[in-house]
This record gives sequence, C-alpha cells and structure tokens, in this order.
Amino acid sequence: MSAVAEEGSARAPWALTAPALMLFVGVLLIPLAMTVMLSFHDWGQYKGIEPVFILKNWHEIATDPYYAEMFWRTFRIAILTTLLTALLGAPEAYILNRMDGRWKSFFLLVILGPLLISVVARTLGWALLFGGNNGLVNKLLMSLGVMRSPIPFMFTETGMVVALAHVMMPFMVLSVWAALQRLDPQIENAAMSLGAGPGTTIRRIIMPQIMPGVLSGAIIVFSLSASAFATPAIIGGRRLKVAATLAYDEFLNTLNWPLGAAVATLLLVALVLIVVGSNALIERRYAEVFR
Amino acid sequence: MAYLELDRVAKQFGTQTVVDDFSLAVGKGEFISFLGPSGCGKTTTLQMIAGFLDPTRGAIRLEDKDLTAVHPAKRGLGIVFQSYALFPHMTAAENVAFGLEMRNVPRTERAERVRAALAMVGLAGFEDRHPRRMSGGQQQRVALARALVIKPSVLLLDEPLSNLDAKLREEMQIELRQIQRTIGTTTILVTHDQNEAMSLSDRIVVMSQGKIEQIGTPQETYEKPASAFVSQFLGKTNDFAGMIDRTVVPTQLVAGSWRAPAPAGLGGPVTVSIRPERIGFGDAGLSAKILTRIFQGNHWLFQCDSECGPAIVIRQNDGQAQPVEGDAVRLTWRPEDMSVRTRAVA
Ligand SMILES: Nc1ncnc2c1ncn2[C@@H]1O[C@H](COP(=O)(O)OP(=O)(O)O)[C@@H](O)[C@H]1O
Ligand SMILES: [Mg+2]
Repeated sequence: MSAVAEEGSARAPWALTAPALMLFVGVLLIPLAMTVMLSFHDWGQYKGIEPVFILKNWHEIATDPYYAEMFWRTFRIAILTTLLTALLGAPEAYILNRMDGRWKSFFLLVILGPLLISVVARTLGWALLFGGNNGLVNKLLMSLGVMRSPIPFMFTETGMVVALAHVMMPFMVLSVWAALQRLDPQIENAAMSLGAGPGTTIRRIIMPQIMPGVLSGAIIVFSLSASAFATPAIIGGRRLKVAATLAYDEFLNTLNWPLGAAVATLLLVALVLIVVGSNALIERRYAEVFR
Repeated sequence: MAYLELDRVAKQFGTQTVVDDFSLAVGKGEFISFLGPSGCGKTTTLQMIAGFLDPTRGAIRLEDKDLTAVHPAKRGLGIVFQSYALFPHMTAAENVAFGLEMRNVPRTERAERVRAALAMVGLAGFEDRHPRRMSGGQQQRVALARALVIKPSVLLLDEPLSNLDAKLREEMQIELRQIQRTIGTTTILVTHDQNEAMSLSDRIVVMSQGKIEQIGTPQETYEKPASAFVSQFLGKTNDFAGMIDRTVVPTQLVAGSWRAPAPAGLGGPVTVSIRPERIGFGDAGLSAKILTRIFQGNHWLFQCDSECGPAIVIRQNDGQAQPVEGDAVRLTWRPEDMSVRTRAVA
C-alpha cells in the first residue's frame, strides 16, 4: 500500500511537469539540435542542401576574416551598448529611487513604458529623426545652418549603439532598481553620520552594493544586444551586418542555410560561454553582498 | 551646565505635528532614555539631533553652540540604527574603520583604534568577518564599535536591542551600560521597553504623542508618575478614584473606606495611583475580595475586586500565610507610596 503510494508520489512530479517539458523539448531543444546539425551539412548554389557531415562552414567562418570582423563588430556594439546603459541607467535608477512616492511611480512608468512599444517602432523612430537628408533632426539642423550634411547615424556603429541602448535601458534600470531596494534605508544616513559626504557615500557605500545589480543588468543587456536583430536590421541594414542579421541573410537571401546555422550556433555558444563565465565571476566576487 | 540642550523643539510633517515643545537638558556623561509607545516621535527627535531631519521650530545646542547649523556629516555624533545599517560589502574592521578614514586618521593609528574598539565590544578576532556572516548580536556590537570608535560627543541609539532575543537583549543591556560607564560618552537611547529604559538610564524622558510626559530618574518616574499615562506605561499600577474632603479638619483624602490626611495643594476629585507591590493586607482600608491568586515563585500576584474597581496586589513570598481566593480583605498602603493627581470629572 505505502509502496504503491510512494511510487505514485515519485512519478507525480514527472507527470506534472511533462507538458512543460514536452513543450521545452519540442520547441527549443529539437530545433536547436537540428540547427547545430544543419551547420555541418553541405550547400551549393545549384545542388541545395546536402545532408552530409563536413566542416566546410566552420572552416569558412574560422578562416575568412570577414566573419571575424563581423563577430568582433557584434560584440563591440554589445559591449558599448552595455557600457552606455550602465553609465546612464545606474544613476537613473538611483535618482528614481530617491524621488518621493508619486513622482517615483510616474517616472518608473515613463521608463518601463517603452517596453510596451515594439522594438521596430522604437528603432524606426530613430530612423525618422536621423535618417539621411529627410530625418527630422537632420533637416532642422541643416536648415538652421548648424551643419552641412546629415549627422552620420544610419549605417553606423554609433547609431546602432545609441538605438540599442535606448531599447535596452529599461532592463538596466530595473536591475539596478532591484539592487537598490535591497539597501538598508538608513545606510546613507549611517555613512553621513560617520563623516562621509554625498560623493564619498555614493562611491564607497552605494556603488559597491548596487554593483551586482549593474552587472546582472549588464549580462542581460549584453546578451540581448549581441543577439538583437530588429535594431541592427533597421539601422545597419545590409551595409553594416552583425551576427544576427548575417544569419538571417544567409537563411533567407543567399539560402545558404548551413552557413547561417553555423553563424547562429557560434553566436549562441559564444554568448552562453560569456554569460555563464561572467555570472560565475560575479557570484564569486560579490558573495558577501549577495548572502 | 547642560552639555546637549533641546529648546522647545518641534517637528511637523505637513500638517501633522509629530514632536512638539520638546525641551531637555542633557548633562555631560549622562545616559538618557526616550521612552514611549511606537509612533510617539522618539526616532524623529533622535533624527533631529543627528541632523537627518530639520526641526520645524526650536533650537538644539551642543556645548552652547547651535547644532542645527552644522551639517550631519560634521556633527561628530555616533549613531546606532535599529537595523544596524552596517556596510555589507565591508568586513567588521572595515566598517569600524570607515569613520576614522573619513577623519583622515593615519593608517597605523586607525588599525590600533579599530582593534581596540572591536575588543571593547567583545569581538576580538572577528575583524575579517562580513556582517552577513555574523549573528544579530555580533552585528549589533559592530554597529556599536563603529559608532564609538570616532569618539563621538554624543552617542545616539535607536532601539538598538529590539531585534535581539530576550536573553541576548539582557546581556547586551548590561554590557552597554558597562561600556557607557567606562568611556563616559553622553548617550541617548530610544526605546519602547520600560525595563530597558529603567535598567540603563540615569534619567528617562517619557513621551506620548510627541510630547514629554515626564523627565526624571527611573525611580521618580516609577514611583511618582506625573500623569496617568506615565504610571500605566511604566509597569503595572492601580488607579483608584478618590476625593479630597475639605469639610473635616484636618482635610482628608478618601478612597472607598481608605482614608488618610490629604496632601497639600489639591482638592476635589483625585486619582490615587499606587503600585501593586506597595499594597498590603491590613485590618482597615479599602475593602476588597480576592478573585484569583497566582503563585510566581518569589512573589504572589492577587487580582482583587475592590470598592474602587479592580486592583492588583503583589506580595513577596516571605513564608507568611497569604489570603486565599474568595477571602474578604482590606487593602492598605502608606500615604508616601501613592501619587495623587487631580481627576477630571466628566
Ligand atoms: N517622513 C515622515 N513623513 C511623515 N510622517 C512621518 C515621517 N516620519 C515619521 N512620521 C510620523 O511621525 C510619527 C512619529 O514617528 P517616529 O518618530 O518614527 O516614532 P517612534 O520612533 O516613536 O516610533 C509617526 O506617526 C510617523 O507616522
Ligand atoms: Mg522609532
């Protein structure tokens, strides 16, 4: 009797998680495995995809400097975006946290509001403002005689970083905000009573404690930026490609699926390694703050 | 001469007056407690001394110099917060050293003072621990060391022991008193625990709804409470409705069948306040019936129904026979043990 009950209760967790597990396997693991396998297949202009096992695609990525440059660009943009969101987002969260109740909720809404708008719409907004001779800001500045040619924004890395930082900002602010909520509400008074001025308090007391929040925000922003598609596609188009837009092009324009799969797989593996590695580093470095 | 002086200090938040007409002179080296129920404005008063809040009215002076004009970072006061507010990313030693660093104390002297401060609070050997790896009591001690190491002119403690369990709290009370006696720092303690206030302080400031009810030594506030609030808040008490009879000579104070010569300066309806341990059983006095009798080891606790309402009596367990439940008794006390206040008649 009890043995049967025990057997039943041992099986129950599996039975209960089965639907979610099946979904996970069905829509994530299987396509992922297929993509990895696809990256080892052959492809030719006229023969299409051949299901064989060769290293041609990987060899091409490893040897052709075009791919190295493109991956380097992807990560450079992601790193700069991360830095920009951290530099602006951490102070933003701090200031927000110090506001009184009503203003606080209003500005929190202002910051989170953009999450409700499609990334495409938000990026197109930048294009409308800065896109070539017809961009609103460019037109205004040129008609005022401030500058002769449009601000170089479209098809530039700067433009991409700015637009991405705009899109990613809520994630950084939220993450730092969460870290700020864990601070002792009297901690600044404590520092002040010991003789610390506002600058010293922020540098020596607040910053070290919200650093884990900044870093976890940075991991989110970095991985989302490195794998972002919509923003680079609109700002960079086909002139300034990053890993995600390149994979897309290989799949849908060149129709070289195996090469696209190899690019996508490499991006995924690199991201996983970077995220897991930095997460482990952060947890070790900030063990005392997290406890 | 007063060392720290609060002169008719008041604080308003919007239209709500949280502290009003607060005047107090603290002598150098004195241990003062602000005692009152939660929300009566103790923390607010302490924060005005610390400088985290500005008084709406009134002045705060330290050694006759206006303290409100000094930035909180420059006041040189030591503060222990209820939550301790330790810096979690720093070790115990780094926490304690922070105030010295801000004062540019040279490194070697700093290390020596940090070591001495931690040793004083009984934490020698815990220098490299982080606060999150310490017990509540240990964190409490780090907070105390951090506040004391800067040799503050005044030490402010905001319910520092309320997060500790009962046994640890008692230990810390004794230790806190010893440390304060040894180094002689003028100390203000905020608490809602009357036992803590009584066992630690030289003087107690009893507060209620932002106002001072009474300032006095623990004995004074306990034995001669200035108001009904004070007598109720500081331990158990009996309040009997009495009357001062001026038709007889000499005038008499009457409460039920209990009577005594009336104290000078009072007349009409009064409240007679008397601590339960000062009431005895006698042949004459307030007649009462014993409802329950509870044995508590070193004393007996009697709950009685008297002519003037419910009464509590505490008798030492001195081996004498005690009345039992249901007995009719007479309650009596010495006139000097009671306090008499004018009673407002509705
Ligand atoms: N920043 C503030 N704004 C408005 N009201 C406050 C503020 N701080 C405290 N109060 C009010 O002041 C009263 C006294 O608070 P406090 O001094 O913290 O009491 P205590 O420390 O005696 O428990 C409370 O009613 C509280 O709600
Ligand atoms: Mg309080």
